[in-house]
Amino acid sequence: MRRPVYLDYNATAPVRPEVASVMAEALATVGNPSSVHGFGRAARAQLETARERVAALVGARPAQVVFTSGGTEANNLALAGAGRGRVLVSGIEHDSVLKATAAETIPVDRHGVVDLAALDRLLVTRPEPASVAVMLANNETGVLQPVVEAARIAHDRGALLHCDAVQAAGKIAVDFKALGVDLMTVSAHKLGGPAGVGALIVADHVHLSAQQRGGGQERGRRAGTENLAGIVGFGVAAEIAAGELGAMARLADLRDDLERLALAAVPGALLFGRDAPRLANTSCLALPGVSSEVQVMALDLAGVAVSAGSACSSGKVQASHVLRAMGADAATAGSAIRISLGWGSTAEDVGRFLEAWCALAARSRAVGSLTAA
Amino acid sequence: MNDVARQTNGRNQPKLPIYLDYQATTPTDPRVVAVMLPYFTEKFGNPHSTSHSHGKEAAAAVEAARHQVARLIGADEREIVFTSGATESNNLAIKGALRFKGESRRRVVTYVTEHKCVLESARRLGEEGVEVVLLPVRADGLIDLDLLARTLDERPTTLVSVMAANNEIGVVQPLAEIGALCRARGVLFHSDAAQAVGKVPIDVEAMKIDLLSISGHKIYGPKGIGALYVRRRPRVRLEPLFDGGAQERGIRSGTLAAPLCIALGEACAIAGAEMAAEAARLGQLRDRLYRGLKAAVPEVVLNGDPEHRLPGNLNIGFPGIDGQALLDELPELSLSLGSACTSAAVEPSYVLKALGLPDALANGSIRIGLGRYTSEAEVDFAVDRLASAARRLRGAAPSA
Repeated sequence: MRRPVYLDYNATAPVRPEVASVMAEALATVGNPSSVHGFGRAARAQLETARERVAALVGARPAQVVFTSGGTEANNLALAGAGRGRVLVSGIEHDSVLKATAAETIPVDRHGVVDLAALDRLLVTRPEPASVAVMLANNETGVLQPVVEAARIAHDRGALLHCDAVQAAGKIAVDFKALGVDLMTVSAHKLGGPAGVGALIVADHVHLSAQQRGGGQERGRRAGTENLAGIVGFGVAAEIAAGELGAMARLADLRDDLERLALAAVPGALLFGRDAPRLANTSCLALPGVSSEVQVMALDLAGVAVSAGSACSSGKVQASHVLRAMGADAATAGSAIRISLGWGSTAEDVGRFLEAWCALAARSRAVGSLTAA
Repeated sequence: MNDVARQTNGRNQPKLPIYLDYQATTPTDPRVVAVMLPYFTEKFGNPHSTSHSHGKEAAAAVEAARHQVARLIGADEREIVFTSGATESNNLAIKGALRFKGESRRRVVTYVTEHKCVLESARRLGEEGVEVVLLPVRADGLIDLDLLARTLDERPTTLVSVMAANNEIGVVQPLAEIGALCRARGVLFHSDAAQAVGKVPIDVEAMKIDLLSISGHKIYGPKGIGALYVRRRPRVRLEPLFDGGAQERGIRSGTLAAPLCIALGEACAIAGAEMAAEAARLGQLRDRLYRGLKAAVPEVVLNGDPEHRLPGNLNIGFPGIDGQALLDELPELSLSLGSACTSAAVEPSYVLKALGLPDALANGSIRIGLGRYTSEAEVDFAVDRLASAARRLRGAAPSA
């Protein structure tokens, strides 16, 4: 069998070798960062170095970084911990934001961009203090959101803005201060670090109420012994990702080739979010008439890993809420797949995808025409 | 080999400093590290991406690990929910049970010597209108079963939370008796077993435990992973802490950290295979340490019941000596005054206070944690240094 091709970086990215090696070193030492003896102090120093590195990636100060068990926990902490009675979230958010208790939905346009006028209208309707969540880059389409403007609108109406930057961090330059947001989530395993670690960036003026309570770790904002090796890995991954942002142009070229060739070879294929600013690594392609599931399985047999929407909902395949929010009908949304590239992706990987996907399209067309005859 | 494991190769003079704080955290067993590392790199799939082979490989390994965790405590693998650690498990068990819709009893009973995260979870529920009953423990640190029975008979109760083994004084509670008492009254029994799992036998069936918290880094696994056992029959229902992708049967959203889950599984498998021999070895070392110290400094006292305790724990009071001053005298020994979470705090341990120790003795107590890589030479060295430091400090102290 040929080498498997992994084009599902938005689900999880392989850990970079440098990250794996520092984690292996961290795992070979003992020490609880809260202990006061030498072993504990050494662990604490490693933790704080990692905090500085993560802060640097997103233009924050180390004291603003609260380590969590991942993006889901950070998003939940941001919305529940801010303690605002009303929560407004864009219709394309990740499930960990979208399913927040009693969240109201802000619509998006057909390009997959949040409707800022609608946000303003929603905020004006009720004076109650609100939290607004708008992600920086969508996980399925890669479409970038007008977060700076959303933050300005939220602040004008007395609301806080939370930004889920899980997919954006490490793929575009992210500056917490320049974005003007109050809270922001990042995740290690989307940028070459390990799964099981994330961070919530908290602006100084936000009073965050801890949700997971116990020992006073993370300055009382998140209890629990820190995932030391994972956090050390996160730090190194953040540092590498920050240094390689320039290399995203290479992925943009690969991605553009993929989209151009796919659309040229398969008449009728659709590209979601094509007219909006997007991450350089993500393509959301639809092959009308062939379900997402069939495409993903056929590609898997050909040794190419892609996904039908987000990994969290994989297993229970249903039409993407993101594409539906963009106005796609259920059939079209149900025929979309996500291809996401990353630091290890090559032109050969893209070629392997195109070969398998175009062959599948041709087969289904032939079947379709036979049925029609 | 890790740093601490390497020390065991020492002869009479062990490598310094000596790690004697195994209740704060344990070194990750090199066998565990070896098993988990490939899942960071070549086997990196997201275990929820089951539509492709990368994801399926990770998912299969996570399920095998779930089985290993279940086996150690006599559970079914479908009853194991992976979490980020025991703090999350305790928060999820206690808040989840009380916040579940349809739970009308709204009363939780726990103990003053529980870990901070149990007490804080209960306190939070108190703010939400739940009745929180904090019971005292006896002078030996064990709970009074009659008092528990009387308390449960007062009013309908949702949940009792009792730690299996205390993190500071190492006493092991009578879990089977507590379980029987709770089951007979239809009350859920949660146990924070972060310190006990893998150290003393735990069987959720025999002990009638409904919810049980497990920590990775206390049993030679990595930090950042834990598990909650959630009984299926009769079914225990929990309100999740997080909204999201509804992983872990809807109880705990968030991408599973496959390497960490696999590591916890391996740590549990090793503990299951080696627990009896390790407990016997550590029990001997612990007794050797205490006997040696008692011979050299006769006035020392053991805090907590001498029989029902973890094989790797001692909590020792040095009358007339300040515990922090003692630790400051001993940079070559990594010891602690109590829980790492509250290490920076200056007030005496709330656990020791709960035993009725006067402030002076509580302030003069230290925790000694022995574990998998502790050698006899290290124990002898520790006795020698502890005894001479205690004598120095006694000499320096103004005589009464």
